[in-house]
Amino acid sequence: SVMATPRADDWSWFPALALGVSFLKCILINAYHSTDFEVHRNWLAITHSLPVSKWYHENTSEWTLDYPPLFAWFEYSLSHVAQHFDKEMLVVQNLIYTSPATILFQRLSVIVTDIVFIYACFHPDIHFQYNGFLFGILLLSVARHLQGRHLEGALLFTVLLNLKHIYLYIAPAYGIFLLRSYCFTKDNTDGSVRWSSFSPVRLVALGSIVISVGALSFGPFIAMGQLPQVLSRLFPFKRGLCHAYWAPNVWALYNMVDKALSVLGVRLKLLDVAKLPKASMTGGLVQEFQHSILPSVSPSITLICTLLSIMVMLSIWCRPRGARGFLRCLVVCALGSFMFGWHVHEKAILMAILPFSILAVESREDAGIFLMLTTTGHYSLFPLLFTAAELPIKVLLMLLFTLYSFTSLKKLFRGSLLNPLETTYLLGLVAVEILCEVVYPLSPWQHTLPFVPLLVTSVYCSLGVSYSFIRLYVSLLRQHGTDKHKQL
Amino acid sequence: MENWSLVSICVLFGLTARWAVSLNSYSGAGKPPMFGDYEAQRHWQEVTYNLPVHEWYFNTTDNNLNYWGLDYPPLTAYHSLLCAHVAKLINPDWVELHASRGHESYGHKLFMRATVLVADLLIYIPAVVLYSFYLSEGSNKKKVCTVLCILLYPGLILIDYGHFQYNSISLGLALWGVVVLGLGWDVLGSLAFVLSLNYKQMELYHSLPFFCYLLGKCFKQGLAGRGLFLLVKIAVTVLVTFALCWLPFLSDPGQILQVVHRLFPVGRGLFEDKVANTWCSLNVLIKIKTILSTDTQLYFSLTTTLLAILPSSIKLLMKPTLWQFKLALVNSSLAFFLFSFQVHEKSILLPAFMLPLFLKDGLLVPYVVTSLAFLFFSIYLLSAFEHCSEDKLRLGPYRRLLICMPRMDLGRVTKWKFYFSITAMAGLSFMSVALAPPDQLPDLFPLLVSVFSYLHFLGLLLYFNIVQIAEPLQSVRKNQKKSN
Repeated sequence: SVMATPRADDWSWFPALALGVSFLKCILINAYHSTDFEVHRNWLAITHSLPVSKWYHENTSEWTLDYPPLFAWFEYSLSHVAQHFDKEMLVVQNLIYTSPATILFQRLSVIVTDIVFIYACFHPDIHFQYNGFLFGILLLSVARHLQGRHLEGALLFTVLLNLKHIYLYIAPAYGIFLLRSYCFTKDNTDGSVRWSSFSPVRLVALGSIVISVGALSFGPFIAMGQLPQVLSRLFPFKRGLCHAYWAPNVWALYNMVDKALSVLGVRLKLLDVAKLPKASMTGGLVQEFQHSILPSVSPSITLICTLLSIMVMLSIWCRPRGARGFLRCLVVCALGSFMFGWHVHEKAILMAILPFSILAVESREDAGIFLMLTTTGHYSLFPLLFTAAELPIKVLLMLLFTLYSFTSLKKLFRGSLLNPLETTYLLGLVAVEILCEVVYPLSPWQHTLPFVPLLVTSVYCSLGVSYSFIRLYVSLLRQHGTDKHKQL
Repeated sequence: MENWSLVSICVLFGLTARWAVSLNSYSGAGKPPMFGDYEAQRHWQEVTYNLPVHEWYFNTTDNNLNYWGLDYPPLTAYHSLLCAHVAKLINPDWVELHASRGHESYGHKLFMRATVLVADLLIYIPAVVLYSFYLSEGSNKKKVCTVLCILLYPGLILIDYGHFQYNSISLGLALWGVVVLGLGWDVLGSLAFVLSLNYKQMELYHSLPFFCYLLGKCFKQGLAGRGLFLLVKIAVTVLVTFALCWLPFLSDPGQILQVVHRLFPVGRGLFEDKVANTWCSLNVLIKIKTILSTDTQLYFSLTTTLLAILPSSIKLLMKPTLWQFKLALVNSSLAFFLFSFQVHEKSILLPAFMLPLFLKDGLLVPYVVTSLAFLFFSIYLLSAFEHCSEDKLRLGPYRRLLICMPRMDLGRVTKWKFYFSITAMAGLSFMSVALAPPDQLPDLFPLLVSVFSYLHFLGLLLYFNIVQIAEPLQSVRKNQKKSN
């Protein structure tokens, strides 16, 4: 079988689990909603009230439309339902409009579209986005590939790409996999490429899918000559190396080292405070972070680093391992882009965690890496929910999910999956949480250095994420090495 | 999966559901001058913190009993005092005498909700877990499902975390009493129940079963020897616990009388508002409140309550087993609810029948979600419909009563009756929310809800009484192995 079949009694828990997750989402309808709520309300209003030609030019609100056109069409279709809940939310000028009906509608739309997501595991969704629905499509696409239905998988992925362009991160994996495994119909006996088996028909089929979906999505805008405007909205490169809250990737560590060195330099009187960039001492997490000691990082450098990190994908070119190898490369691709990308948002870690969860049930080593990555990754999302009322919810959900994944994986692979160092690190997360949410706010530094909890969270988590990335990379290289060995 | 991890997941899930409901509105939010139960609890913290003990239950210049005067026994007052001390540490404005009246703020709401959660976590939830694992039958999976379903019970969640009350403390203590009695520790069990009674006088509903069970046990052990010893131990425990709880009030008989007067407001009449009990429903046909005088009403309700509870209590006295005890608890509380004096709709803690209350509090969405979830979970996890045979439902006595209709499968009848009830409830809920009542009958929907509920409760009372009484006094030898 393609995927590990769960035991018979495990399946009986599934409907209860799905029910439980949906129930929690319904009951959290009145919980905190972030600015994303207003973002989507605004997009509902724009797509409903304005003609298509104005969608990507509209900027009454600061939250301009910056997703690909297919998502805009999705919002447009939602807006037709929305008008029955509360017409006022669809008026563009009604900024920050939050009537109870509006809240209800938005939450319900997420919950309903989440039916797409019901296949997979927990996904806390208080922070308002349609991620559940999009991840559902991603997983469906992966599932289709695992089942050998490649054209469907390709279709789903193209749709996904046109809904949210962040999935460009993993497009290379898809590209190479489809090219290698689908367009070349046969392999040599040792698994290497058989050039003669190239099938132009399949290549054309794939190409036509990609082009037709793209045409459906971007077509109207290309016809109106608005493509540059749309692209500029989709890829705003002015934003800075890191988000306001540093995603726990390599650059967070890089920034931390830079800051530490500059503080050290000032203390040891090796540097002159006046010559350092303004506010680098106490500014904390600003978008345009200027490095004072280490060299600055530009978008092209991040691109090169990302590409280098995902070079390992070429191993599936040399020796494709079927759909499972594809999945592994997908994860490495997503994680590599997360680690080295420009202006990465911390939510992108979910893009690596989710496909990985499918792999985690299949091998012991993967399960161990998965537990590290998922716990650290989910914890790194905590700063997104910062109100006191939601604190118990995020802690409880985190405990719930962590307990569930640990015990179910432990049951699958008898024995402990993490070594003592890893366990200590994960327990350290508890200490970090208490420090950041309880101890620090009551200390005198809360007012002078308010960014310290965010900094600590970011840096601590990036250690865990980097560790998981390295282990995953090593496991992939080791696989590649054993294959070469077999060949000899 | 191991038991403890499954139970932890269930508890975490239950806690999440509770806190999620608590993010919603509470009773009397933003409604001066009286506000609601939330303000009442806050006011009690203010009163107990700032005033000396002998003034808590009295009408003084500082303590206006008309504005949410204390009407629960002393343990509630001590609990409020404890919470007030914590509140004072966080923000003294919350319990400032007079100045804090009607205080509503984001931080305060979090604090109050947190007090409910802490109490729940410390008292009620452990009792539920212990009960499911030690006192219920079935496989481990069934026990875990029981924990989940009990923890998800919407009535308690909505009233404690939505409307705002501390029922989990008194119910939790009573449940501890049941668990401990089930384990055979009679003295501790009676201690737990006395504490529960001293938290909310509503626990009187459960007092007769506890009394009869323990007394029956003493009789069984023989009044000449060990039985008498047990009786004395229990009696001493009860008296000492009462004395300790009421210690500050014992110095002056006037104090005791006043407290009792506050706990049992006999001047207020047979019922208020729309309650799903006999008197309110009877009032539709005969206006009892106006026909009888208050005193007559009081004696009448007292007599009927005692009559209603007599069969169950006597049976329990004669056969003090755990199963009989559990049945008696149900029968006693139902009987009290249906027939006693000044019952409030909250006393039944059954969500669908408290719908008008939730609508007033703005808790419609949590009500719908938790009720649906509870229904689905309990039906799915506890396979309720698969156990719908005549045997499992103990419908034997009914079969004997309905000799004229031997062909009917009572199990199926019950199932269809259940569907009908659920549909009717959903229909009534929908109508209460979506439609406006006709002008001549402004109270139509609450009245319909309460009469409908009343008929159900009466039916349940009859059913459980028959089940309890029909059980033979001496179990057959092979049945004795079956745990009860």
